[in-house]
Amino acid sequence: MISAQGPDRGVDQPEKAPAKSVAKVSVEGLNFFYGPRQVLFNISLEIPEGKITALIGPSGCGKSTFLRTLNRMHETVSNTRAEGAVLLDGQSIFDMDVVQLRRRVGMVFQKSNPFPKSIFENVAYGLRINGLERGVTIAEVVEKSLRRAALWDEVKDQLHKSAYALSGGQQQRLCIARALAIDPEVLLLDEPCSALDPIATAKIEDLLLDLVASCTIVIVTHNMQQAARVADHTGFFLLGKLIEFNRTDVIFKKPARKETEDYITGRFG
Amino acid sequence: MATTTDILPSRSGNGAGGRLSSWKRRLLTGDDIAYLITLAFAVGVVLLGVLLVLQLWWQSSLAREKFGWQFLISSVWNPVTEQFGALPFIYGTLVTSAVALVVAVPLGLGAAIFLAELAPRALSEVMTFVIELLAAIPSVIIGLLGIFVLVPVLRIYIGPALQSVFGFLPIFAGPIYGVGLMAAGLVLAIMIVPFIITVSREILLAVPADQREAALALGATKWESTWKVVVPYARSGIIGSVFLALARALGETMAVTMVIGNAPLVSTSLFAPGNTIASVIANEFAEAMGMLNLQALIELGLVLFAVTIVINALARLLVLATTRRGSTHP
Amino acid sequence: MRFRDYRRKIINVVMLSLTGLCALASVSVLFFVLGYLFVHGFKALSWDFFTKLPAPVGESGGGMANAIIGSAKLLLIALLSGVPVGLIAGIYLAEFSGKTFGFTVRYVADLLNGVPSIVMGIFIYTVIVLPMHHFSALAGGLALGAMLVPIVLRSTEDFLRAVPRSLREAALALGASRWKAIATVVIPAAGRGITTGVLLALARVAGETAPLLFTSFQSQYWSQGFNQPTASLPVMIYTYAISPYENWHRQAWAAGFILLMLVLVANIGARLILSRRASPARG
Repeated sequence: MISAQGPDRGVDQPEKAPAKSVAKVSVEGLNFFYGPRQVLFNISLEIPEGKITALIGPSGCGKSTFLRTLNRMHETVSNTRAEGAVLLDGQSIFDMDVVQLRRRVGMVFQKSNPFPKSIFENVAYGLRINGLERGVTIAEVVEKSLRRAALWDEVKDQLHKSAYALSGGQQQRLCIARALAIDPEVLLLDEPCSALDPIATAKIEDLLLDLVASCTIVIVTHNMQQAARVADHTGFFLLGKLIEFNRTDVIFKKPARKETEDYITGRFG
Repeated sequence: MATTTDILPSRSGNGAGGRLSSWKRRLLTGDDIAYLITLAFAVGVVLLGVLLVLQLWWQSSLAREKFGWQFLISSVWNPVTEQFGALPFIYGTLVTSAVALVVAVPLGLGAAIFLAELAPRALSEVMTFVIELLAAIPSVIIGLLGIFVLVPVLRIYIGPALQSVFGFLPIFAGPIYGVGLMAAGLVLAIMIVPFIITVSREILLAVPADQREAALALGATKWESTWKVVVPYARSGIIGSVFLALARALGETMAVTMVIGNAPLVSTSLFAPGNTIASVIANEFAEAMGMLNLQALIELGLVLFAVTIVINALARLLVLATTRRGSTHP
Repeated sequence: MRFRDYRRKIINVVMLSLTGLCALASVSVLFFVLGYLFVHGFKALSWDFFTKLPAPVGESGGGMANAIIGSAKLLLIALLSGVPVGLIAGIYLAEFSGKTFGFTVRYVADLLNGVPSIVMGIFIYTVIVLPMHHFSALAGGLALGAMLVPIVLRSTEDFLRAVPRSLREAALALGASRWKAIATVVIPAAGRGITTGVLLALARVAGETAPLLFTSFQSQYWSQGFNQPTASLPVMIYTYAISPYENWHRQAWAAGFILLMLVLVANIGARLILSRRASPARG
């Protein structure tokens, strides 16, 4: 299940035997280049389904780059190249229609980026362009998504107000709702709380814990405590390499690699 | 600043899981269509420009072949005898532009210095806004005021005053009609001053604060710091703004036509009537006598076009040089 | 204080006051123009002015109704011909273009922008009026439209480029294809700026006279269709101003006042809208 660069110590046995999680996203030998410069080196890991996976590491270590490869957002920048295999449910994402891929793998960005539209229209956007399932109204999906993002109660009376009237934390939850509206199987979050205060951060962490029941979550964070709080599995990136990937409690209590231990104990980063 | 994508639209691939049906795959994707349509219009813009240059060239061929380079130095313009020389108009264009610059540059630069260095922020913004509106006044309206206000004033007050003091100079000699090269130069000044002010003001504002501070710290007065340090620093940009204004002045038609007196003559006196390239085209084009007359006028247009392009290009280079220098201070 | 320092101080005050005078003089020109037009033009403004055709030469009375309608017609043609070209080419430059061709398009657009308006009139004359063998509103409208293209193109491109990358990414991440992201997010986000850009461009060409002198020419009657020469406000101002008739002079003032008011209102309105854009409001 784990492809770390060292032996799995697994000294502390978990309380219950780990269920054999299915790999939702499977990455093998991923190398990434900006022009001639390589930034990701031979990354291999498996994102388990229905769990929260956190990617940690110092700034510039490539974790965001890696995340953006998972829904092929790297293709929006010229001169980038990804080599290797990335499979979603066993199927290569590079062979898929990119629009279909992004319906199944949604993304929330570091700084909230709601459209200059109303709250309602923001959430409805994905539905409007991707089409809707039969027999469901847009209003229903909007409400459901806002509930899943723990925002419904705060905005239900002002759905037609501009999204920019919301606070920073609310805007980010709106972006989560917007991503959820098209019912993705995987949700990628790129340091979603880095611009938010602790209370707003806590709200988002709580909703992620509820969300994971219906959605696989991958979250990049520079905040180790956050990873420790919410993630089932954690991967540690350093200088474009995946140093270690394991269950969160293992990573934090008994890291296999010295680099991991140094980072976690705050010796650098 | 961003573009949606910096690469050509990616064709959606189709693997075993692809949802696009085969017939759709053969059609162009929405992205491709959008790309092609916008490309077509962009190409259209380029074609428009190319066609314009070509037409100016082709449609003046008769005149060019007949007169060759003589066109530019002959001063005879006679539609009846079919002799066409552009010198009077080139002369008129140069003289009126020179007068305009002599009046507008000190005035504009002074105002720009005031707005950039002295005026409090709010006042500067409001005044600049008003001056930008001045630039929006249509030429024909300035011409209207030119005919009914400037020309009489020139004829009755300013002309005689200048002549009494400077009458010995050939440029101020001769009868004063009111209309003439000087009137045209003055209306041009009114029209180009806003450009000099707005561009120079931007350039002066872009001069790094440490330059001013260094001067003031050495005990310079505000004026000395401005005139001896800030303005020289911004020199090429200011010259660029002057070129831009000049390019604008060269092409100005209506206000000039209304006050210049419309005489295809070369005169030394500024009070004499004359013509510019633009004003003679405006006057004669609709009633051109015969193909040669018309083509000679078109050739004038070609000359005007060429000169304007060159000066505009120089102006932009100069402005660019200053703004770039501001960021990479040697 | 030594004499030199004293002199420096005087020079300082004098020169700085002079610059203030320069600024004041420049600003007051606008008010002078406005005021003069108002005083002289207001008297000639009447119901007749807006509804009647010009009276025969030398007679009193008459109006500029045909010129007003003519100008509206010309602007309509200009809008329909020039704005789409500028808009769509601007979208190309901001969203799709490569380095070299994009540079070429921008260069040509700047070139077109610098073309004196009378030369644009010559161009349209050679391609429209000559083949048709007569002046027409179509030719005048196209001349104005050709002038719109570079202005609209540049402003559209600038406003599109100002839309933050994060909005584009959000749309793409939701599964929008590139053109859908542009059409449903980027263009609406830049919408206000683009519209005001078009408005300003129209205000600019509305006052142009030179290109009309030998394309739409002029007329003392109602303009029929698009194939005939037509009266227009700027041309009529010009014709009346250089005429010897007092009655026509007064009408020229009035027309000048109307034209200037329209141009200024459009300009001020556009800038006000743009400055309010700073805080994104509507959803």
